[in-house]
Amino acid sequence: MKLIYQTWWKVLAVLIILYTLIAGLLFDVPHLFILHETIRNVYFHVPMWMAMFTVFGISVVYSIMYLNTGKEQYDLVAVECVNTGTFFYVLGLITGMMWAKFAWGAFWSNDPKQNSAAIAFLLYCAYAVLRNSIDEEQKRAKISAIYNIFAFPIMVVLIMVLPRMTDSLHPGNGGNPAFGKLDMDNHMRVVLYPAFIAWAMIAVWIASLRYRIRLIEYRKNEIN
Amino acid sequence: MKKILLSALLLLCFITAFAQQSDHVEMADELRSSGKIYVVVATITIIFVGLAIYLFTIDRRLKKIEKDK
Repeated sequence: MKLIYQTWWKVLAVLIILYTLIAGLLFDVPHLFILHETIRNVYFHVPMWMAMFTVFGISVVYSIMYLNTGKEQYDLVAVECVNTGTFFYVLGLITGMMWAKFAWGAFWSNDPKQNSAAIAFLLYCAYAVLRNSIDEEQKRAKISAIYNIFAFPIMVVLIMVLPRMTDSLHPGNGGNPAFGKLDMDNHMRVVLYPAFIAWAMIAVWIASLRYRIRLIEYRKNEIN
Repeated sequence: MKKILLSALLLLCFITAFAQQSDHVEMADELRSSGKIYVVVATITIIFVGLAIYLFTIDRRLKKIEKDK
């Protein structure tokens, strides 16, 4: 937990993202039909999801830790991680829709990947509703922690597993390579993997800021 | 002889048809060569640096408040 008060990894994340912004637009990419230059969206659309998975994963860990110890702080971490993850979820969905308009022809084509992503989004909206509907603090923390632990694997199955079992327009589904051997070359990996890590770090940073604000609010209420 | 010539001609047609199929994919090569992509890169970089500084100032203000407690 001391890590969130340190600065070096935040600077590192910013520097890596600056690198991916510049390299992502200037480095050579594979020449593909339909996609053309939009293939560069991979550097910015996919890391949003990676950032989301990271903070949602952390929130599950802290939900479990909360149930084990009953420390209120852990509950606050879990909530703020989910809030930040939802933000990146929206960014991922919107950038995906934007890209779909130009690659698939419509913002929303009821593709299995899009539909299950929308359902999983509602899953996390339900988390917020559930949490805000309970007044008693400990009850709220406990119930939302349990809900969170169940919501995460369901979200992963909805986004990563179910679309892969049917035909989908999205790369990585229905025998499509996920920008695998055919579309992705090693030039792209040089930019993509640092982008994954750096955006995940940025998401953790934002979540930690939100957690620190919430901790101050929590302590203030405690005294009164 | 005529048949052979005809088949050779048809084969040639096939070659041209094949050549037409493998058109090159259109990319923003010209945009890059005329140097204008750098303007976009600069804009995005400025926006991101601004956002990063904004996050850092929030971080610093929070640190101050945490110290006061």
